[in-house]
Amino acid sequence: MTLFPIQISIPSIPRPVKPTGLWSWLTTIDHKRIGILYGVTAFILFLSGGIEATLMRLQLSGPELDLVSAEVYNQLFTMHGTTMIFLAIMPMGAAFFNFIIPLQIGARDVAFPRLNAFSYWTFLAGAIMLKLSWIGGATNAGWFGYAPLTSVSQNPGTGIDFWIISLQILGVASLAAAFNFIVTIINMRAPGMHMMRLPVFIWMSFITAILLVLAFPVITVALIELTLDRYYDFNFFNVANGGSVVLWQHLFWVFGHPEVYILILPAMGIVSEVLPVFSRKPLFGYSTIVLAGAIIAFMGWMVWSHHMFTVGLGPAANAIFTITTMLIAVPTGIKVFNWLATIWGGSIKLNTPMLFSLGFIAMFLIGGISGVMHAVSASDAQQQDTYFIPAHIHYAVFGGAIMALMSGVHYWFQKTTGKMFGEILGKFHFWTLMLGQNLTFFPMHFVGLEGMPRRIYTYAEGMGWDLWNGVSTFGVFILIISFLAFMLNVIKSWKSGPIAPADPWDARTLEWSIPSPAPEYNFSEIPQVKALDDWWVTKQENPDIEVPDALENHSIHLPQPSYWPFVTALGILIAAYGVVFNDLLVPYLIAGIGTLVTFIGVYSWSLEPVNDPDEHTSH
Amino acid sequence: MAQSEIKDTDHVSDVEHEVTSTGLNHRKMLMWAFLGSDCMFFGALIATYLVYKGKSLSGPQPIDVFDIPVTSVSTFVLLMSSMSMVLAYSALTKNNMKVFRIWMISTAIKGATFVGFQVYEFASFSKHHVHVECNESHEMTTFETEVFEAECKPGIDSFSGEYGLKPQTNLFGTTFYTLTGLHGAHVTLGVVWLLSLLLLSFKKGVITKEKNVDIDLAALYWHFVDVVWIVIFTVVYLFGVFPFS
Repeated sequence: MTLFPIQISIPSIPRPVKPTGLWSWLTTIDHKRIGILYGVTAFILFLSGGIEATLMRLQLSGPELDLVSAEVYNQLFTMHGTTMIFLAIMPMGAAFFNFIIPLQIGARDVAFPRLNAFSYWTFLAGAIMLKLSWIGGATNAGWFGYAPLTSVSQNPGTGIDFWIISLQILGVASLAAAFNFIVTIINMRAPGMHMMRLPVFIWMSFITAILLVLAFPVITVALIELTLDRYYDFNFFNVANGGSVVLWQHLFWVFGHPEVYILILPAMGIVSEVLPVFSRKPLFGYSTIVLAGAIIAFMGWMVWSHHMFTVGLGPAANAIFTITTMLIAVPTGIKVFNWLATIWGGSIKLNTPMLFSLGFIAMFLIGGISGVMHAVSASDAQQQDTYFIPAHIHYAVFGGAIMALMSGVHYWFQKTTGKMFGEILGKFHFWTLMLGQNLTFFPMHFVGLEGMPRRIYTYAEGMGWDLWNGVSTFGVFILIISFLAFMLNVIKSWKSGPIAPADPWDARTLEWSIPSPAPEYNFSEIPQVKALDDWWVTKQENPDIEVPDALENHSIHLPQPSYWPFVTALGILIAAYGVVFNDLLVPYLIAGIGTLVTFIGVYSWSLEPVNDPDEHTSH
Repeated sequence: MAQSEIKDTDHVSDVEHEVTSTGLNHRKMLMWAFLGSDCMFFGALIATYLVYKGKSLSGPQPIDVFDIPVTSVSTFVLLMSSMSMVLAYSALTKNNMKVFRIWMISTAIKGATFVGFQVYEFASFSKHHVHVECNESHEMTTFETEVFEAECKPGIDSFSGEYGLKPQTNLFGTTFYTLTGLHGAHVTLGVVWLLSLLLLSFKKGVITKEKNVDIDLAALYWHFVDVVWIVIFTVVYLFGVFPFS
């Protein structure tokens, strides 16, 4: 009776069964393992960005040094910015999203476990692409890649092409992750976990994911336009044919400013988790903090031109963007006051997570205040492109985001590894970090206001900048000691730290109601949530409650490992490498092979059986 | 702690009818989030087009190359494909696989037809010719551009000059081909997707009356791409030839 009397059988490879060793990591779709992969990879890339920064600081430690050439210096600051933003802080945030979100909302995994693995492997592909560009000259047009610095005539090498392609790949990774977390947070909450019972970290992750979803397409379009200009002589940013270089700036910053909040909102979420636990008080003004986060995300779209005050957009535009930029400080200020009110009157325990969170408030406040200073377009005209701006962004992103992420590492380390994190080395890490970053970044305010331009590879003697540049460079060495101590602490604690109890901090949220380290299945029974800070309330009602030990053998049905996310990402990496060298035959072949691998990955992925047919766990 | 009894299959993805907090399907929610993202994608492209509208320094303008009747036909075909997509989904939910497949093929063919029109359009724009008449003092009478000025020589009454629009020609070419080309890429991807699903529907039990989410998602995507074309047709084509902008 059918119109097409065919029955086709499509071959599909069964899923890997209980892989071990390297295979278990390549095929894992467990959100906790992916979180660890993200965290470790991002930290290594953070170190690479740190090395780039150290080289720059050494070059600037005194006047007229020639440790690196001007060309290499340009590559260093471009790679440093791109690395820290896209390869270090964003994926460190993603590490926390992965590890914490399912645990805090009472779920067994994310909504799309394989997509989650795909996000990680694609991120890694993008990172490899960017770092590969050091061979043969890295990108050198700044992390913002202003036109016409990126045009073929100005920049004929492959550095820019590597940069474009790697940002596109990283965009795919971020978008896939953001879709996944949006659906996870909306759709996989434990019963009773209303939206207004979500921990603040979940709220901030949710808002960050929405920002990612809306901001990344804009940079994707800008990069497509740039690619077409470079590869096929289109006219988007070609002034000779009427193109406008300012259009690039608009597109870039429409993405770029929400991106700043993508970096800082997860950090604010972490701090909002840590402060109440170590003040032993509920978070002050939960709904206000959530709402302030949402307002920041909304207003984050109305301030982009404050990066362009000196372009000459006219007094009306400058006035409007001055006002919106100053207004966006208000919800941020609300959060700071909420945090202070949370600590106020609490019985404060100064453990390492708390120290980092307090340090975050102090440092981020300095960054916020200098931000309001150049929100005024008239004052910004003096500060634009001076060291005052790096001082500001490092207080916001290093003193802000990195401090909060470190707070998160110290706070959740026990849940990740099942070991206590060394407090002594942790405190040493904290104090050297505070000292080092202030020595490094605070003098930049001075030399900035004295007129030292940023992105110069050297400066003449007698400008009055020598002392403070020397101090800045000295601070870097303290930072290096600080992070060496941190790495030592991680290795030592992970290998031989004391066994961590399930709830070492007497904390408030669901992830502490399960054993440490978090078992594969997360929750043996999905919790029934009755209140905000449910675990705290449970402990108050039933002080003798104990967290059951992890089950040795369990029959809890979990999503199975898969080869295809890795294969798909590998295909993308191969194709991208071919695309960069687009004018030769062999690269075209490489790109073709990569595309083929990607297609095989995608189709096998979508046809992959849900369960291993030999197993009888399926319903 | 009061805890609820849960089934093994709860909170495990890859399962067609999982229990979710909102009752909405995971994948459908993801698709909506993706479409939100794609809105910003086309938003940025259309913004670029509008910023550069009328800023071309030389070369053909929209009014020179557009053939509104032809594009209206392809637009009509694309709009009708949305209808056949609806009919396909509707047939599936009534468990009528035969009708479902007919409408799926029909939708894919209409999508491919639209892409074919676009290929034809791009080719004809890039080789656009104009007929130019010369008067006795060797000046052009029917076409006022300076591009062909030198061609009106003694003894030549009229000539046919190439006045093609390539992406490299001017800002209009750059922005037009990028915007409509990326939309065409979306349609092409949609056609591949529809055909893949059609093929998959021959495998037993993969696409059924109950397991219709795959078709639902493809339909959402298809309608979205269609809606984007309505915007592009209005903003690029119609505003390009009517003199009120």
